[in-house]
Amino acid sequence: MRREPAGDVGRAKEMDETVSEFFRRTILKIPMTEMMTILKTWNFLSENQLQTINFRQRKDSLVQDLVLLCEENRASLKDAALLDIIYTQFHRHQKVWDVFQMSKGPGEDIDLFDMEQFKSSFKKILKRALKNVTVSFRDAEENAVWIRIAWGTQYRKPNQYKPSYVVYYSQTPYAFTSSSQLKSNLPLLGQALTIASKHHQIVKMDLRSRYLDSLKAIVFKQYNQTFETHNSTTPLQERSLGLDINMDSRIIHENKIEKERVQRVTQEIFGDYPQPRLEFAQYKLETKFKSDLNGGILAEREEPLRCLVKFSSPHLLEALKSLAPAGIADAPLSPLLTCIPNKGMNYFKIRDK
Amino acid sequence: MSVLRPLDKLPGLNTATILLVGTEDALLQQLADAMLKEDCTSELKVHLAKSLPLPSNVNRPRIDLIVFVVNLHSKHSLRNVEESLHHVDATFFLGKVSFLATGAGRESHCSIHRNTVVKLARTYRSPLLFCDLEIGDFRATMAQRLVRMLQICAGHVPSVSALNLLSLLQSSENPSLEDL
Repeated sequence: MRREPAGDVGRAKEMDETVSEFFRRTILKIPMTEMMTILKTWNFLSENQLQTINFRQRKDSLVQDLVLLCEENRASLKDAALLDIIYTQFHRHQKVWDVFQMSKGPGEDIDLFDMEQFKSSFKKILKRALKNVTVSFRDAEENAVWIRIAWGTQYRKPNQYKPSYVVYYSQTPYAFTSSSQLKSNLPLLGQALTIASKHHQIVKMDLRSRYLDSLKAIVFKQYNQTFETHNSTTPLQERSLGLDINMDSRIIHENKIEKERVQRVTQEIFGDYPQPRLEFAQYKLETKFKSDLNGGILAEREEPLRCLVKFSSPHLLEALKSLAPAGIADAPLSPLLTCIPNKGMNYFKIRDK
Repeated sequence: MSVLRPLDKLPGLNTATILLVGTEDALLQQLADAMLKEDCTSELKVHLAKSLPLPSNVNRPRIDLIVFVVNLHSKHSLRNVEESLHHVDATFFLGKVSFLATGAGRESHCSIHRNTVVKLARTYRSPLLFCDLEIGDFRATMAQRLVRMLQICAGHVPSVSALNLLSLLQSSENPSLEDL
């Protein structure tokens, strides 16, 4: 609970209870090892102020002290929201990110992008529709902006504990959104994003992952860059994927040619570079039953058969890359698996042609 | 066309050669390393192959023992072994072929039933060994057994032949109807 410093009763009451609680919960989320870094990035409390706090005490007392310090400095909801954005930026893989692609109408001119205009337009659209909504922005590198939206309704204050995040790269038509639990607000969010960025249409891509940076690499096609060129002169055998070529002359590999073929095919498909990180690939199959035999119960069925296959892995693409060299699958792998970064999809629907 | 025959080459002096056939190269490599660590009076040679037939243009010594490695986690590895068996001459199955099933320890990962490999081994009248090759200690023990079997199959152990060994290894617990 809040501890009121003696003799400061008048000033301490200025911060709203809810905002104070929001500060407390947000700071409590921050791991002790990151506390200093995040507070410094936030830059709301100065060096001097931070030095007055004992960072070696137990976490709950530390958090209490910090909240008090924020109160004394008249921190507002806006400051708290900014801290929340920074926390999320440090812990971006705690959220699952969807990818949206916007497009301009045919024949529309490419206007010069104005960040301030975008921000005010975005905020205006949401406020007009919902009245109670908290919108915060934080600029990032590569002309990107992180947007935090806490949703309310006409009659209810915004819920600060279930915000949506949008990362919009202004020089591109792509935006990444954290899958919010409040799905009903998604159309409004899409609309606001489209109109404010002067686009015409927005489409959700079939691409989803926790790893925002990997999604970025896939969508901006930045994953296939081999940086070092001197490695390409080493012969293929030495660059094999972790399987040692045994120097003991008493061991003879009979299928050396086949092994080299597999390495070569794998390298052609996956390249030398580290793969972007995804955790799932999902394939939904909906086809009618096909049979060589005439008749049979299933052949007469009008409804298509449905099937769902889901591949999961801590690092799906690296796992797929190592399947053939490990001898678990034949090379080349099915194009349905290998097309994932190229097509920018990890959710597929397979239907009858 | 190219079929492996047990006696189509002359043996090398004091040499015993084993051929490990299996899809997972890393496992075969580790097993080979473990076998070569064993103290052995014979000169050992280990050939690793993903599948049969072997490339024909290579000069290789006489093969004394073939071990087909099946990973119970992978139907692909079973299918590979089944197809490779067609390239082995029938006379090899007089004690010079053995099956090795790995992965039985992790029951939840097994996609091949234990009985499938048991039936396969019984069809080919050859011994079936179980060993989780991923576990160092088990692998070392299996390597010891294989070295001993290899020496017998190469004729390096006096008064024990591959055929003797085969009849000793045949399981008498569950005789099949045809055997009775």
